[in-house]
Amino acid sequence: MSLLNGFVDKLVSVITLDGRVLGTTRGVDSAGNIILEKCHERVFSSDGTEVVPLGLYVIRGDSIGIIGQIDTDAETEMNIEELRAEPLPAISL
Amino acid sequence: MLFYSFFKTLVDQTVTIELKNDLAITGTLVSVDQFLNIKLDNIKVVDEARYPHMITVKNCFIRGSVVRYVQLPSQAVDTALLQDAARREAAQPSTVQQANVRVK
Repeated sequence: MSLLNGFVDKLVSVITLDGRVLGTTRGVDSAGNIILEKCHERVFSSDGTEVVPLGLYVIRGDSIGIIGQIDTDAETEMNIEELRAEPLPAISL
Repeated sequence: MLFYSFFKTLVDQTVTIELKNDLAITGTLVSVDQFLNIKLDNIKVVDEARYPHMITVKNCFIRGSVVRYVQLPSQAVDTALLQDAARREAAQPSTVQQANVRVK
């Protein structure tokens, strides 16, 4: 998927159909699958956000909802663990 | 391919994409592909207080399959032309060219 090429080697936030992971894109393919390095998951709750380290992940294209490029300056300024939010609802296709 | 061509005419317009999980994202349409995957720039999540999850995200790719609605600026769409092109494509699916849809 050529629209994804711009995300290679960038820090991205991937909202999957059921949750959310964050990592640096290492590769994409024409089916929309992506490889993420230094991946971690953000588990949102009203008591604050838990960050779970995951490692290297391949995410199958059909379970991806959104891929967003992170503004790294804004990211370092904020403390993600302080962010209080309900988990995003699952995307049912 | 009519709606692919149609969305290509809306590049640089501000659109709101409503997803199947009720999240709505407003941004400038950067590009669209044949699957109607959409790329947005300068995004803002509607109701950011409730959905602060993407607060540090500035541009994003939205998979076409998770889109429920695309809210368009009405002045950017010639509905008569779109209707005409849609009917023509329904009649002759293979002959409709992207030239049929153009923003005035």
